Amino acid sequence: MTPTRVSKHHDDDHDHGAHQEPGFLGFVKRWVFTTNHKDIGTLYLTIAMVNFLLAGAMALLIRSELFLPGHRLIAPDFFNTMTTMHGLIMVFGVVMPVFVGLANWQIPMMLGAPDMALPRLNNWSFWLLPFAFTILLSTFFISGSAPNYGWTFYAPLSTKYGPPSTDFMIFAIHIMGMSSILGSINIIATILNMRAPGMKLMQMPMFVWTWLITAFLLLAIMPVLAGTVTMMLTDRHFGTSFFDAAGGGDPILFQHLFWFFGHPEVYVLILPAFGVISEILPTFSRKKLFGYHFMVYATAAIAFLSYIVWVHHMFTAGVPIQAALIFMYSTMLIAVPTGIKIFNWVATIFKGSITFETPMLFAIAFLFMFTLGGFSGLMLAIVPADYQYQDTYFVVAHFHYVLVPGAIFSAIAAVYYWIPKWTGHMYNETLGKLHFWLSTISLNITFFPMHFLGLAGMPRRIPDYALQFTDFNQIATVGAFIFGFSHLIFLYNIIQTVRGKGKKATKRVWEGAHGFEWTLPSPPPYHSFLTPPVFVEEASSHEAWDVSDHHEK
Amino acid sequence: MHTIIRKCCRWMSWMLLLCGVGSAFASKYNMPVGVTPISREIYTLHMTIFWIVVAIGILVFGVLIYALINHRKSQGHVAAKFHSSLKVELIWTIIPFLILIAMAIPATRVLMLMEDDSDADLNIKITGYQWKWKYDYLDENISFFSNLATTQDQIQGKAPKGENYLLEVDKPIVVPTHKKIRFLVTANDVIHSWWVPELGVKRDAIPGFIHEAWAKIEKPGTYRGQCAELCGVGHGFMPIVVVALDEPDYKKWVAEQKGVALKQANALEENKPLTKAELMEAGQKVYGATCTVCHQATGMGMPPAFPALKGSKIVTGDVAKQLSIVLHGVKGTAMQAFGEQLTDKDIAAVVTYQRNSWGNDDQAKFGKAAGGLVQPSEVAAARKASSN
Amino acid sequence: MKNDFQFLREKKQRRLVIALTSFVLMMFGFGYAMVPLYNVLCKQLGINGKTSGRVVLDDTGIDESRVITVQFLATTNAYIPWEFRPRLRTVRMHPGENKAVAYFARNNTDHEMTVQAIPSVTPSGAAKYLKKTECFCFTQQKMKGQEEMDWPLLFHIDKNVPKNIHTITLAYTLFDVTKSHAQVIESNQGHL
Repeated sequence: MTPTRVSKHHDDDHDHGAHQEPGFLGFVKRWVFTTNHKDIGTLYLTIAMVNFLLAGAMALLIRSELFLPGHRLIAPDFFNTMTTMHGLIMVFGVVMPVFVGLANWQIPMMLGAPDMALPRLNNWSFWLLPFAFTILLSTFFISGSAPNYGWTFYAPLSTKYGPPSTDFMIFAIHIMGMSSILGSINIIATILNMRAPGMKLMQMPMFVWTWLITAFLLLAIMPVLAGTVTMMLTDRHFGTSFFDAAGGGDPILFQHLFWFFGHPEVYVLILPAFGVISEILPTFSRKKLFGYHFMVYATAAIAFLSYIVWVHHMFTAGVPIQAALIFMYSTMLIAVPTGIKIFNWVATIFKGSITFETPMLFAIAFLFMFTLGGFSGLMLAIVPADYQYQDTYFVVAHFHYVLVPGAIFSAIAAVYYWIPKWTGHMYNETLGKLHFWLSTISLNITFFPMHFLGLAGMPRRIPDYALQFTDFNQIATVGAFIFGFSHLIFLYNIIQTVRGKGKKATKRVWEGAHGFEWTLPSPPPYHSFLTPPVFVEEASSHEAWDVSDHHEK
Repeated sequence: MHTIIRKCCRWMSWMLLLCGVGSAFASKYNMPVGVTPISREIYTLHMTIFWIVVAIGILVFGVLIYALINHRKSQGHVAAKFHSSLKVELIWTIIPFLILIAMAIPATRVLMLMEDDSDADLNIKITGYQWKWKYDYLDENISFFSNLATTQDQIQGKAPKGENYLLEVDKPIVVPTHKKIRFLVTANDVIHSWWVPELGVKRDAIPGFIHEAWAKIEKPGTYRGQCAELCGVGHGFMPIVVVALDEPDYKKWVAEQKGVALKQANALEENKPLTKAELMEAGQKVYGATCTVCHQATGMGMPPAFPALKGSKIVTGDVAKQLSIVLHGVKGTAMQAFGEQLTDKDIAAVVTYQRNSWGNDDQAKFGKAAGGLVQPSEVAAARKASSN
Repeated sequence: MKNDFQFLREKKQRRLVIALTSFVLMMFGFGYAMVPLYNVLCKQLGINGKTSGRVVLDDTGIDESRVITVQFLATTNAYIPWEFRPRLRTVRMHPGENKAVAYFARNNTDHEMTVQAIPSVTPSGAAKYLKKTECFCFTQQKMKGQEEMDWPLLFHIDKNVPKNIHTITLAYTLFDVTKSHAQVIESNQGHL
């Protein structure tokens, strides 16, 4: 145990598990009414995993159709519903819930708190989600097609020309937004009010910091999205014309509103990932995170800049040159704080004492491939070149590089990193490594060729393509199937760990791990810290990062 | 220190080799250089930024890989204690900032070039439709729709796919070389995007709004592009073909077009009754070009989005109802109004074709209204008749 | 599950939750506030080529040193069965000069329809210098079946128009805003 951190958690067994009545009804009641942060975290992670497999299957359908030119498996309209649903579910149903799940599990433990600040609200914000996704998926059974206008649902394709199921999508988005807002309020309240005595804001773990900033981003943007879809709804049914030129509205206004939400949204998806990486790299490098303060400032700077770059999604929609210039510069500027983060991570592992356990492997893959995605992002910021890249597979390659090895990989890394703590058992390292290599290699086989397809002129969201694009589409499809199925290994590994198949985990689990959560037993007690641990100023703790002190066998 | 440098050099040479291979293969998979001054500027800009990014990548990944190889615990490396340095942080804040400025300067210059506002030699209005393009030559009084020419048989895999599969149209837009062409882009229904990579032009077509772009093509040739903004089920099936001709050839084309327009106008005047064979033959053509994307060659459609026409209550029922739908479309569905884009004869033919195909003319099964011929004059009457 | 630890914080908590909730409501309002804000910005900056409303005739003289070409375009939206075209495709005029032109419109159906013409100007920087004294786009236009008409447009170009503008394109798109017509098409829906 760290000599500088004194924790006085209760090891008494009076609260070592959830209260559960016998039988199936007891099981249902426990999970439906639970207000425990760990239970709710588990629920979030479960729904994210289910959605991940579902939206992943949709991606495989898309890739199958694109394996060869010509109409093969699915009709063009169904193809469009697949791209739409894949995007919507991956964004709202996978990446957002998975990080909320991680926040639920980790933030109270990292802060030395017993639970989240608002447990009942927490229950509600989770249980809204299954309803939202049921409504969203029910659109497949509504006559006249499920949503088929892309996850960006641009007007007027989604308003005047949208199928009847659009209203269901709008309703689903309202509920998801509500869930995100409630979750964010809870996270902010927890972070601001539940820290262990003595822990100042600038002493919080990076994962907590990134979530604090993310939560504020969510609070600011989800209401705008809710407003936007409400305008869609009134345009469709109540005679308003926000987005209809006929009544004095403007379809471009929709894009402004959507991207005012949408651009910060991509940082909502990636900032918690930054936090996870900032936890994992120091642990397996056995070296303190480099430039903690700058990491916090950079995260805040990215969040701030994310509000003033949204027009870069709309350069081809006819933006006056002055505006194009301003938004090009502000977009390029994001490269500075993002660069700071990358450089600090590299400096963290530089001269460390590195080992390559599965979480570390995924974190390193994140460093390489997220940077690649950042590079293509920088290229996309250049307005004249963007005229050629916009709405091509180059963009598809770009955002899959930042989201898959970015957000998804860091979530996977986080699960491998913390699952021994959660379950008290180690996962199977061999299977973890197999999962890593299969998914990393296949990911590049899938998405790297898309850069070339885009540059060669293949537009995105087309169900059929010209013959010259065949070879790279075939490569991408093969990669996608390997990538998809590699995650079954992950699923199997998780299930085995939860069932207690691995060897027992120690308190600290990882040799180089630091923070309150590692002072609790594995698995931790049901209510993490009933008596808050005392956080001692870490002035001298940098010396304490000498690993030899922390061996706990 | 010496070994570090040597290792770095080795990595660099590997990277350079990779880049060499890359550029050889780039000719096919890179952005096209194009045939306009702007497209060439964009290409140069693209490559400049690309190489800057590659250089940064080599540097960052180089350090990263070096650390991963040399600072492993298994190598007995003990972790250093440093964890912050204001100097280093400032360096890697300021240097990237300077690199960005270096990138922004050429980008701004090219963007300014694109804003050229000198007078154009030729103005062409481009209107995006679900799922075709319409071109209006403002100075010449030429106007036509440009549809996908690839047959459904090719798409369905019943015929071998041609060289320009999905990138061919029935009537390309023809333009002169070495002239400044101004494109005025708008849309009829939803947002489309007119994109021809080799001209370096991509402009969103937005209903109710007009936007412009321009190009000066330096080389005669055929340049192909596609719609770049998701616009519904036919989004992948509305290509753009630009044929650039030298001035004399272009003049000849313009003269021809004016002759064609005159002939078409005369033909429309006739509107005389047609035989069933004539209607069925013409109808099959129109059906193939206009209806099969959704309703399929088999008439089976793709329910529920695109209902089957085979045995459909509308196609086997009252002609007036069917004509009304073909002319005015169905709100809230993909069924658009074909009144403007098809002639009376086309509509008469395609409706006759639908009513007499796939067993739809079976009066025993569907009642007396099934089958029958529809003449262009009936379509003309239906157009005039109040939809009420 | 409540203990002292939580109890002490409850008051602070409530205040924070109230503050955050009001922030959320404010942002919801902000989304709606973007709508008028956007329209003002559009008219000031010429985003999307939006023109402003009615102005008075310009009688402060003509800048004869410059000639500007104004092109007229017409589009009918969503295949409405109307004929709609400018009588003149282009005019050449001086800044400050008042010009009257006409658009020909014909309702090719047999029933009365109401339409709205939406103007758009390119280059967008020119939008705020193109000033209309009288325009058929100021109000909705109603025409009986088979009726035809010349719609007037009286405008001038502001003398402050930037030097680099030589050609201005004014495009009108005609939208059907007839209530009954929409209902007719909607009634078709039931039959599919």
